[in-house]
Amino acid sequence: MKLLYFAWVKQRTGLAEEDVVLPSDIHDVHGLIAWLKARGEGYEAAFADLGAIRCAVDQEHGDLDTPIAGASEVAFFPPVTGG
Amino acid sequence: MIRVQTGDFDIGAEVEALTRNRADIGAVVTFSGLVRDASGGSAVTSMDLEHYPGMTEKELARIEAEAHDRWPLQATLIVHRVGRLAPGDNIVLVVAASAHRKAAFEAAAFLMDYLKTRAPFWKREVGQGESRWVDAREDDDRAAEKWRD
Repeated sequence: MKLLYFAWVKQRTGLAEEDVVLPSDIHDVHGLIAWLKARGEGYEAAFADLGAIRCAVDQEHGDLDTPIAGASEVAFFPPVTGG
Repeated sequence: MIRVQTGDFDIGAEVEALTRNRADIGAVVTFSGLVRDASGGSAVTSMDLEHYPGMTEKELARIEAEAHDRWPLQATLIVHRVGRLAPGDNIVLVVAASAHRKAAFEAAAFLMDYLKTRAPFWKREVGQGESRWVDAREDDDRAAEKWRD
């Protein structure tokens, strides 16, 4: 699965994107975040405030409960500020 | 029509292209957003706009399609710039064309309200030797919320 990070989420993880192989017991965005937070300080900092994190699964807006089974791309980012 | 680009746009040329050879459009509403030179009392010398290539275009297309579902529109255009911009530069252009003004006014407002809360763009302001990510505004969420009724 491809993971993408944008804006300050990218700065905190130190990565724009990465490919990961997830354990089979991770079913939704919440589970994915919990798994990422255990991977290091940068991830811990990026996901410290879940209220400030937005996500997209296969390029559609999702939330913490969105299933990720079969998804090829999950992105994490702050609330959008375009326009 | 949707475009995400680093270069500038010319509002007059865009409207002319949208309405050329058409006699069914009676009303065109345009909105353009520009970079200000100050934010929350701090000077802004430049702004970096980041986006999510692929999703940004898809989301703008979804927002545009929803506007066409809600109002009788002859044509719409959304142009959003990315990359480094300076105070006074254009950021975004929304054009809504309809037979009558009400649909055009409402659709242009809807397109901007949804763009601001759903399209994946992020602004970072640079000024006085430091840079900071712009925070999302609750006013923008409320503006988008009112279209849900």
